Amino acid sequence: MIGGLFIYNHKGEVLISRVYRDDIGRNAVDAFRVNVIHARQQVRSPVTNIARTSFFHIKRSNIWLAAVTKQNVNAAMVFEFLYKMCDVMTAYFGKISEENIKNNFVLIYELLDEILDFGYPQNSETGALKTFITQQGIKGQHQTKEEQSQITSQVTGQIGWRREGIKYRRNELFLDVLESVNLLMSPQGQVLSAHVSGRVVMKSYLSGMPECKFGMNDKIVIDKQGKGGTTDDPGKSGKQSIAIDDCTFHQCVRLSKFDSERSISFIPPDGEYELMRYRTTKDIILPFRVIPLVREVGRTKLEVKVVIKSNFKPSLLAQKIEVRIPTPLNTSGVQVICMKGKAKYKASENAIVWKIKRMAGMKESQISAEIELLPTNDKKKWARPPISMNFEVPFAPSGLKVRYLKVFESKLNYSDHDVIKWVRYIGRSGIYETRC
Amino acid sequence: MEWASQLCENRGLGSKMTDSKYFTTTKKGEIFELKAELNSDKKEKKKEAVKKVIASMTVGKDVSALFPDVVNCMQTDNLELKKLVYLYLMNYAKSQPDMAIMAVNTFVKDCEDPNPLIRALAVRTMGCIRVDKITEYLCEPLRKCLKDEDPYVRKTAAVCVAKLHDINAQLVEDQGFLDTLKDLISDSNPMVVANAVAALSEIAESHPNSNLLDLNPQTINKLLTALNECTEWGQIFILDCLANYMPRDDRESQSICERVTPRLSHANSAVVLSAVKVLMKFMEMLPKDLDYYGTLLKKLAPPLVTLLSAEPELQYVALRNINLIVQKRPEILKHEMKVFFVKYNDPIYVKLEKLDIMIRLASQANIAQVLAELKEYATEVDVDFVRKAVRAIGRCAIKVEQSAERCVSTLLDLIQTKVNYVVQEAIVVIKDIFRKYPNKYESVIATLCENLDSLDEPEARAAMIWIVGEYAERIDNADELLESFLEGFHDESTQVQLQLLTAIVKLFLKKPTETQELVQQVLSLATQDSDNPDLRDRGYIYWRLLSTDPVAAKEVVLAEKPLISEETDLIEPTLLEELICHIGTLASVYHKPPSAFVEGSRGVQHKKLTARAGSGESAESPDVGLSGPSEAPPAVIPSQGDLLGDLLNLDLAPPTATVPSVQPSMQMGAMDLLGGGLDSLMGDESDTLGGDIGGSPSMGGGLGVAPAAMPAALGGAPAVGGGLGDLFDLSGGVGMPTGSYVAPKTVWLPAMKAKGLEISGTFARRGGIIQMDLSLTNKAMSVMTDFAIQFNRNSFGLAPAGPLQVLTPLSPNQTIDVSLPLSTSGPVMKMEPLNNLQVAVKNNIDVFYFSCQYPISMIFVEDGKMERQVFLATWKDIPNDNEALFQIKDIHLNSDAASNKLQGSNIFTIAKRTVEGQDMLYLSVKLTNGIWVLAEMRIQTGNPNYTEMELSIKCRAPEVSPFVFQCYELVLKN
Repeated sequence: MIGGLFIYNHKGEVLISRVYRDDIGRNAVDAFRVNVIHARQQVRSPVTNIARTSFFHIKRSNIWLAAVTKQNVNAAMVFEFLYKMCDVMTAYFGKISEENIKNNFVLIYELLDEILDFGYPQNSETGALKTFITQQGIKGQHQTKEEQSQITSQVTGQIGWRREGIKYRRNELFLDVLESVNLLMSPQGQVLSAHVSGRVVMKSYLSGMPECKFGMNDKIVIDKQGKGGTTDDPGKSGKQSIAIDDCTFHQCVRLSKFDSERSISFIPPDGEYELMRYRTTKDIILPFRVIPLVREVGRTKLEVKVVIKSNFKPSLLAQKIEVRIPTPLNTSGVQVICMKGKAKYKASENAIVWKIKRMAGMKESQISAEIELLPTNDKKKWARPPISMNFEVPFAPSGLKVRYLKVFESKLNYSDHDVIKWVRYIGRSGIYETRC
Repeated sequence: MEWASQLCENRGLGSKMTDSKYFTTTKKGEIFELKAELNSDKKEKKKEAVKKVIASMTVGKDVSALFPDVVNCMQTDNLELKKLVYLYLMNYAKSQPDMAIMAVNTFVKDCEDPNPLIRALAVRTMGCIRVDKITEYLCEPLRKCLKDEDPYVRKTAAVCVAKLHDINAQLVEDQGFLDTLKDLISDSNPMVVANAVAALSEIAESHPNSNLLDLNPQTINKLLTALNECTEWGQIFILDCLANYMPRDDRESQSICERVTPRLSHANSAVVLSAVKVLMKFMEMLPKDLDYYGTLLKKLAPPLVTLLSAEPELQYVALRNINLIVQKRPEILKHEMKVFFVKYNDPIYVKLEKLDIMIRLASQANIAQVLAELKEYATEVDVDFVRKAVRAIGRCAIKVEQSAERCVSTLLDLIQTKVNYVVQEAIVVIKDIFRKYPNKYESVIATLCENLDSLDEPEARAAMIWIVGEYAERIDNADELLESFLEGFHDESTQVQLQLLTAIVKLFLKKPTETQELVQQVLSLATQDSDNPDLRDRGYIYWRLLSTDPVAAKEVVLAEKPLISEETDLIEPTLLEELICHIGTLASVYHKPPSAFVEGSRGVQHKKLTARAGSGESAESPDVGLSGPSEAPPAVIPSQGDLLGDLLNLDLAPPTATVPSVQPSMQMGAMDLLGGGLDSLMGDESDTLGGDIGGSPSMGGGLGVAPAAMPAALGGAPAVGGGLGDLFDLSGGVGMPTGSYVAPKTVWLPAMKAKGLEISGTFARRGGIIQMDLSLTNKAMSVMTDFAIQFNRNSFGLAPAGPLQVLTPLSPNQTIDVSLPLSTSGPVMKMEPLNNLQVAVKNNIDVFYFSCQYPISMIFVEDGKMERQVFLATWKDIPNDNEALFQIKDIHLNSDAASNKLQGSNIFTIAKRTVEGQDMLYLSVKLTNGIWVLAEMRIQTGNPNYTEMELSIKCRAPEVSPFVFQCYELVLKN
């Protein structure tokens, strides 16, 4: 199991050091600094073995977080734990920075004592932690016995992510379907790989212990219903359902139920959390198509023309469009002409950045640039990195639709109809690249 | 409400904004100031002081001097302050054990607190204080907490048992905590169950044979129920524990699989990977024709792919595991090639792993896509990545025959880029393609030759030279090309020199008329002007071969070459199976068994897959896991303990024991001296030579040292000056008759388990020195170099007394005999069986493990003859319980002959008497570690038909007796 946990600043100074196991000594702190943070050659693996001690590290801005062990630990668990720890810290004091860590070091030690016992991760749901790790030490003493046992039963219980007795005047929930669409396209316009990784993020402000059921246009579910003949609109369903390659759920979702009935039922945590993640690869709506044309004119000049086409309903608007056209390292000057938006050559980034604020569906726009090159005797050819694109569209490129989210709370007197529900779809570019 | 809480937060932030100042105090006299503040009456000031102390502790300052002052602050009702003091205690209690006792009362009191959070805090902290005296006081509170009404306290107490076990295992057993812990598996609270499972699993690891985690269908059912209810971490503990269970039949394993599969949809990647581990393991037990088996296979792919959308560090862990899974069950991911395509901004560690998997998944169906990708990668920036991509193209060509042509043309395109390292890498792989598909792609040779000048890496130069030599008849200016290399002959690396020598000889055999001068030049360069024995020897062999029988030379040098294998870098099957059992863990990330990087006994249990009983129909994976436990001596088992660590820590540069420079006055006459030896040598070896010569470009000095009987140490000896006869004497003690019995060599490490390296060996004791006689045989296709050896700790502290003297590279099909002197001053650890020795041998390819058993007579010392009086006294002194009786049958020796024979192995006869027609011998043996073993042997005399001896052995360490007996038997029977 995890033998120790260290946090360093970018210089390699220790900000937090907590040792859980006897086999990890103080020298481990220095070993990591010397061999990883200060390593002459950048370390090429997130797992490093130094003198039979294994170090797992992640970086958040310029802060290093390292877990240390001498045993054959579950490596995936260690990384998951490190991420989780970052989430917890962020939930408590915001951004993970040297300043914030130093200012909250007492709190961090308290958290580390709670969420990791002898190197075994314990309940690390912020919802639960915030009920008793408050940094107002006195609180512990003023709790009633009932409150105390409520805390402990929540921390250890089956529904560790939600406490009892939550009350809202207005029961409300927000569902955000956030998708990032990834594409790798050949210069000829052939899709080399495309997939959508999506997340359903829920903000719930619901009283009591509500039982929720979430439904979407999952092909398997719709087909099943279609066979039963109970679907409302049989003609439509086959077309509008989507094939989900795989999905994962927040721990509140009853996985065995999903496995057997493919229904998504759960008691949600209070506030914001990620209900599910999913991945699709079939029938993806690619919101934009990039058509590159690069021509080398002699040894000192490049002509680049890039056309982008939007491919969605004309009534919808895409936003924050940015096309990044890489330029060779020996670029001396660039002249750009674009019909729409603004384009600039950024020498420090070796790229032409073309920005368009808004663009409606089924439109087309174009940029052309002339790139002057310095003559070099560098034999190595320019690698021509792909043209990448960023954008945001108000629909789900996978085609996912939320069909329902039903709320049942039998003990309190509010029904599904009383809950105000909001659904929003946002599609963003993930790694959206076209080779040129 | 909200306003209020926000206000609180703001205020909290306000006071905390100043906490970072604690990190900056570096004044002198700080300790005194802190001391004063700690003893202040004001609570606030006290707390501030403790914070400062903790901050100093964090940055590594020694604040242990403040121990009593800090501990004084422990009695407080401020929970935050209390936790800080506890933190301090955990750090320094060990250095101040006496003062730590002061804290005990508070702990004991806190364990009775009405607030469960405080009770848990106390028991949690107490377990972290590793002071014997404190642990005594811990037992009672712990016992109570294990049965506490509050689940939070129970789950904390469960982990505390593991802590206590780590400090004092005996205490935990004596106090019966293990039973209580077992009871907690049936607890009503899922988190208590999960922690109990975690604690028990850890404790069970240090008691490999105890039936601590008594997994039976009932407990498994409890675990599976808890699995649905506990935290994500708890699910991991439970799944990892389940993976160790052995289902009774395929129905049970199917039902477990069914209940584990839902976990594949968990958001936590570690839960997913642990579930995959359980499924991969239990699948092995399902009949392959079962519908469910197919369903399960299909269910595994999507979650594995989803892991690749996790954060990069987790992707890395996932990819390392997928690499194993793909090798074990390629069918799972065979259609998922695209997801392993490299993204431009993937971290380099992710890119390299993806590339590996792409090659493994490459097949005729997807090769076009793969090649297009690889070509893209070859233009990237990172040198390592580009090289690997180029190499991958070559591997595709060799793996998928239909693609070879496309691969070759892609490689040619890459060569046109003129990027130096791309060109070199491409030439190296094209050479392999030529090997695989002879006489098919020679048209590209012209292009290759254009790049001759830009090659500066030995591997690439050697590859190019090999190509020129191999196709000399089609290259018009082959002689010019090779001659150009010859100019700087002595500055080339050995690899290139050897290759050049062979290539020119090939050229000569193909175009004898024009190249006579060239071949003479290279032969004289190799034989006269070189210090390298390999090169010299190879030179001589060619010379002799060419001058005696050119036809034979042609047959040998230009012989048909054996095929090269398609798959490379495959993990050896037994290791792969073990690693599959460790999916998700560090072992699966390192691709090494836990024993290679874990110290001591923890977590080094050797795991293996178990196939379905009677899996006759499993055509895909025949006898997977049926190999049974590896109890036989020549078993390839990853050893216990620290082998690999040692191997890695030590500087294992190839044993560069200085090669004595050859006498400059060496004359051509030397050839005659060698003549006889060489003739016989050639007669024996010519069958295999064909395979060697012209093999891989780095074929090493195989021919030079080939005679199998010659000790390897000779490689470096001034071999050329003396005759072969002398050489044997040089090799220090090999075959020196001392009368001790030396068992014939047995195979310890079969070639198939060690990527072609076969090791057989035996032990001998010569002149008071234990020697391990090894024969290393290279049954692979490439040259092996950089040999080194290491032992695991063992019962008698055997350790190599010097490096493994393999001074020359070991060519394919070559065998080298080495005598490794051993000392008995190494670290000691009791082995099972006692005379078991676990060995790691490293070469340029990998590290291999095997274990062997040495006859215990190896450690019988020469001064093992006990004084008669002492013998009598000792015999009486050793309790009769320690006496062991044995019988030796079928021995046709009288007592004197037996006595003589035994003496040869340092078993000394102290006295002999005859009683009632029976000879009684009294014998003594002393082991290297000073243990005496006494024996009384009864031999029937005068009756040749009655050939039974009775042996009664007495020793203070009775566990050695059976081994000593074995030696008696062995010596007497041989």
